[in-house]
Amino acid sequence: MNKPEKNNLKLGFIPLTDCCVLAIASEKGMFEKYGLNVELSKEASWANIRDKVCVGALDGAHMLAGIPIATTLGLGFTKKPMVTAFSINLNGNAITVSNGLYERLLAIDENIARDRKRTAMALKQLIEEDKYSGKAPLTFAMVYPYSSHNYELQYWMASAGIDPAHDVNLRVIPPQYMVRNLQEGQIDGYCAGGPWNSYAVKENIGKILITGYEIWNYSPEKVLGVTREWAENYPDTHFALIMSLLEAAAWIEQPKNRVAVIEILAKEKYIGISEEVIGMSMADNYQYESNGQIISIPDHNVFHRYLANYPWRSHAIWIMTQMYRWGQFDQVVNIRETVEEIYRPDIYRQAAQQLNMNSPTIDYKTEGQHQDAWSLQNVEMGADAFFDGQVFDSEKSLDYLTGFDVHNLKVDLEELKKLNQS
Amino acid sequence: MIKEIRQLNIMLIDELPERSMAMEKLLTNLGHKIIARASAGEDLTVLVNRYLPDIIIVDMDSPDRDMLEQMQSINSDHPRPVVMFTNDDDSQTIQKAVKAGVTAYIVDGLQPQRVMPILETAIARFKEYQSIRNELEKTRNTLEERKLIARAKSIVMKQSKYDEETAHKSMQKIAMSRNMKLVDLARSIIAAAELLK
Repeated sequence: MNKPEKNNLKLGFIPLTDCCVLAIASEKGMFEKYGLNVELSKEASWANIRDKVCVGALDGAHMLAGIPIATTLGLGFTKKPMVTAFSINLNGNAITVSNGLYERLLAIDENIARDRKRTAMALKQLIEEDKYSGKAPLTFAMVYPYSSHNYELQYWMASAGIDPAHDVNLRVIPPQYMVRNLQEGQIDGYCAGGPWNSYAVKENIGKILITGYEIWNYSPEKVLGVTREWAENYPDTHFALIMSLLEAAAWIEQPKNRVAVIEILAKEKYIGISEEVIGMSMADNYQYESNGQIISIPDHNVFHRYLANYPWRSHAIWIMTQMYRWGQFDQVVNIRETVEEIYRPDIYRQAAQQLNMNSPTIDYKTEGQHQDAWSLQNVEMGADAFFDGQVFDSEKSLDYLTGFDVHNLKVDLEELKKLNQS
Repeated sequence: MIKEIRQLNIMLIDELPERSMAMEKLLTNLGHKIIARASAGEDLTVLVNRYLPDIIIVDMDSPDRDMLEQMQSINSDHPRPVVMFTNDDDSQTIQKAVKAGVTAYIVDGLQPQRVMPILETAIARFKEYQSIRNELEKTRNTLEERKLIARAKSIVMKQSKYDEETAHKSMQKIAMSRNMKLVDLARSIIAAAELLK
């Protein structure tokens, strides 16, 4: 491997628990080890991150997995081809509701806390009762239109027959303001990442209804995003960056290092919130409600095991199906060709090989077939089930897309089918 | 020749009050009116719907940018043009971005001669974008409506054993006598058919 073409880099991040992969690479010398001098820049919004990466004010950034796809497609006001060759983590989100809404759901179904899958059906019944008695619809918030939070929230609702576009109000609210909005009654619930669910629990302002892990066990969360132009101009810098982040992710994944990770994240220059709150969402002691039972959800945050850093092209296709499903995208494109330009497992494999780390020889895998741990090419993998038992085969993405009862499709399906016939 | 200056009703969103004071002074001196102010974490949809500003100016380092972008893509949220101001050290690159048309920023915040052209450009670009979108929406709706009418027609044909033309005419007649749009009648027919299935 050659020396990086560019040594001084500036990378952006949003203060969330999963920015730890960048934070640890910086604090524990992984960037330095691969010849990089990285300045981390705390950013205020995903739109800023996207724009700054697009214009070169940042070399790359911590991004929602949907952003490189949305930006390449020209959704969300900025269009520029982007690339990701490194997935930062899996899972980590949750849906939190106000104490008042939780009580009402519990009155409808007292078993929601025992079987979290029932939460969506209880909400459906509540919405129907509210409609009947003429009450105003509930308001839910998520952090960004092209976020896993948005897709998880709508997937969860729609599985019970709730139409998110008509049965509730859906808003974007920055994660750090969620708890305040919940407390003031502006919203009834939200889907966000850590530590903002645990923060509501800690302050006893809301209760966690269901985690993102329980909605989909293997949900792609953040990625390292760069422009395609940058990736082409600085291939060896890109390799060095991925190698540093791979080492950082592996370090974070060791249970003995979690305390150090939490201490670092609590610092003002990263999240700037108490270690206790960060610990609640990052260590293996999860609480759905204040003074509630402490529960173990070991796969609530996955940073390296189960090939978590591998940029699965099937994940990108799943994200595109949701962009179509909810009417965010209406253009007819060849889905497979599009994701092959954006998701670059080939680059990942070369970087992983340098570190003697395993990487799969396949770019696509089926989701939703495994309720438990399994093995892929001798690597231990985690469960990947969806809570409603659906299976997603990226080879049949259009059948999957047309199989949803609840959707807001705007694309011409016939044309899309024509272009995507293999 | 003196160019006529239109007075703009502006909504200002800033995290740091002292900075928005300076911005406010500049805009007021240029003859514009600040009709609403918001600080971090307020419910912007409520404020925007209440004041319907001509333009929203937001501090680039405000997390509210994500909320504003979402509002711009939803018609019922009364989309407004948005520009950002920034004083940060990335201004050179951001200036390039403005030139490239990536996005509209007011760079270095407070140079009067630079502010107006950017506001005007942002408003013009926004109007253009909105009209393209409305046009697309209209085309899509017409297509949707045609599909619904065709579906309702086939229900009527089956139920009443009419041919296509008779079915269409009888639907038109009923729609006219009830003073409703043909597509709304089609929706009722489809709903009734589903109920009676």
